[in-house]
Amino acid sequence: MTDALQIKSRPGTDAQPEPASPVRPKESAARRRTRSVLKHTGLIAVCLLMLYPVLWMAASSLRPKDGIFSNFGLFVDTFNLDNYPNGWDALGTPFGTYLLNSFLVVLGSVIGNLISCSMAAYAFARLRFRSRKVAFMIMLLTIMLPIHVLIIPQYVMFAQIGWINTYLPLIVPKFLATDAFFIFLMVQFIRGIPKELDEAARIDGAGHGRIFTQIMLPLMIPALATTAIFTFLWTWNDFFSQLVFVTEPDKYTVPVALRSFLDATTTSDYGAMFAMSIVSLVPVFLVFLFGQRFLLRGIATTGGK
Amino acid sequence: MSALGEFRTLRRSRVREEAPDNKAAAIFLAPWILGLLGITLGPMIASLYLAFTDYNLLQDPKWTGLDNIQRMLHDDRLGHALQVTFTYVIVSVPLQLAFALAIALLLDRGIRGLSLYRSILYLPSLLGASVAIAILWRLIFGNEGLATKFMGLFGYDGPGWIADPDTSIYTLIILHVWTFGAPMVIFLAGLRQLPRELYEAAATDGASRFRQLRSITLPLLSPIIFFNLVLGIIGSFQSFTQAFVVSNGTGGPSDSTLFFSLYLYQEGFTSFRMGYASALAWVLLLIIGAFTALNFWASKYWVFYND
Repeated sequence: MTDALQIKSRPGTDAQPEPASPVRPKESAARRRTRSVLKHTGLIAVCLLMLYPVLWMAASSLRPKDGIFSNFGLFVDTFNLDNYPNGWDALGTPFGTYLLNSFLVVLGSVIGNLISCSMAAYAFARLRFRSRKVAFMIMLLTIMLPIHVLIIPQYVMFAQIGWINTYLPLIVPKFLATDAFFIFLMVQFIRGIPKELDEAARIDGAGHGRIFTQIMLPLMIPALATTAIFTFLWTWNDFFSQLVFVTEPDKYTVPVALRSFLDATTTSDYGAMFAMSIVSLVPVFLVFLFGQRFLLRGIATTGGK
Repeated sequence: MSALGEFRTLRRSRVREEAPDNKAAAIFLAPWILGLLGITLGPMIASLYLAFTDYNLLQDPKWTGLDNIQRMLHDDRLGHALQVTFTYVIVSVPLQLAFALAIALLLDRGIRGLSLYRSILYLPSLLGASVAIAILWRLIFGNEGLATKFMGLFGYDGPGWIADPDTSIYTLIILHVWTFGAPMVIFLAGLRQLPRELYEAAATDGASRFRQLRSITLPLLSPIIFFNLVLGIIGSFQSFTQAFVVSNGTGGPSDSTLFFSLYLYQEGFTSFRMGYASALAWVLLLIIGAFTALNFWASKYWVFYND
């Protein structure tokens, strides 16, 4: 049933997991080995090149702040942790506050998306109601809608009800299923769950509320996990709306706070800036490490937005 | 295939259905409907109205008819923003996809260590959207940055790519290409579903590997290339964070990194010309819509649908 999340859920094709690789006319073992060595060398070189900037930033965050730019290497010979406490306190408010703020926004967003999107997805996938197709098409269209046509009136609206400099403009929309992409992801997933399961429950007299909470939600855990992980990452990295809605320095979230390093008088302290950049990437990295399976599966349906 | 394919089939089908679950649907869809009206459609309509007004947030919006549009026609910075954004989209999207496809093809042959390679190459896609990486880029290509010093070894003696209006956009293009992992993962998933028999038959007939790539892989993969292309274009027209951080909010030097959405932000939220910014937002929406439509139209000539 998890195959529903793959690009095409054609029944039958998933039964043959071996990758379809081009078949080539017979080749000597020696040539094949040379080819393979070449390929791996190339790939390893690409991987190193890709990771180099991030690794260099990590290494630099551990170097004394004076020599940062003169060192191309990734080895740290004089190990130095000063940048971390320096960066932590460089912005007036301790960096921990920003981390906490971001976690708050992320937590609210994840919970909101899980509840609202799963409900909408259940309706679109399983219920028969008037104008279902039109509603579904509208939902698909809103996935592509650029936030720019909404943000100004949203700002005006949230300003009028006094929500600017609170996290409500960032969290409340998630409880209203505005991240339609996740609805679509869950609809795809529910379609892969055999209908017999809920029909049996109906015959036993269960209503939609019970079918949803007791049958669907437990079966949807992989899709819920994918949603939670993507929501975490996108909210954690989101800059535009946090920049617009949060303007008070001690309410800053991590991306907005990091950005203010560029204005702060300590700009020349690159070591501190790198240290806090690394701190801001740690949660992304951890989520990636532990949630990879769900991420890669989810991205196959999405294109990572 | 995904949201786009879904849309195609829905538009074609015209079957009327029974609707016995109206009540339950109203409950399950209540949050979504509320969000659609209050957070999406409502603001959209308001934004369309504001596009024809002069509005600074302090006084009530003043209807000015087509003034904003007239103003656009004489707005040099807008012209510049469009030029920068188009350059960025037209160069960086195909380049990124070419990388993604090339590496996906390399990885596809049941290669050893596939999942490790895939993870490492995908990681930048997650990091690339962050402010942290944009800051890193600003410094790497800055005055004393690594890239600048490295190029210095080959005789470059400029101020660094970030500081030079002729080259600053390249740093953002490189950053976009750096995140090729996401489309690569989609290509890999697509490659897995290609029928093996075709390749066997082709090999029996003596087709070279290049011929197999051109005549089997690429046509069968074309719907996925199309999908990545459409999403890539829609996404990169909206790019904001990287240009904002790299130029510290200015779009400079000399507006050379003034992405459309950055200009919109400046107009709306630093100059508080919210009417004009709304008009800009609609221009962006129309441009994205036109590009997407163009893409769909062109797809008739190169995308191969098996169904």
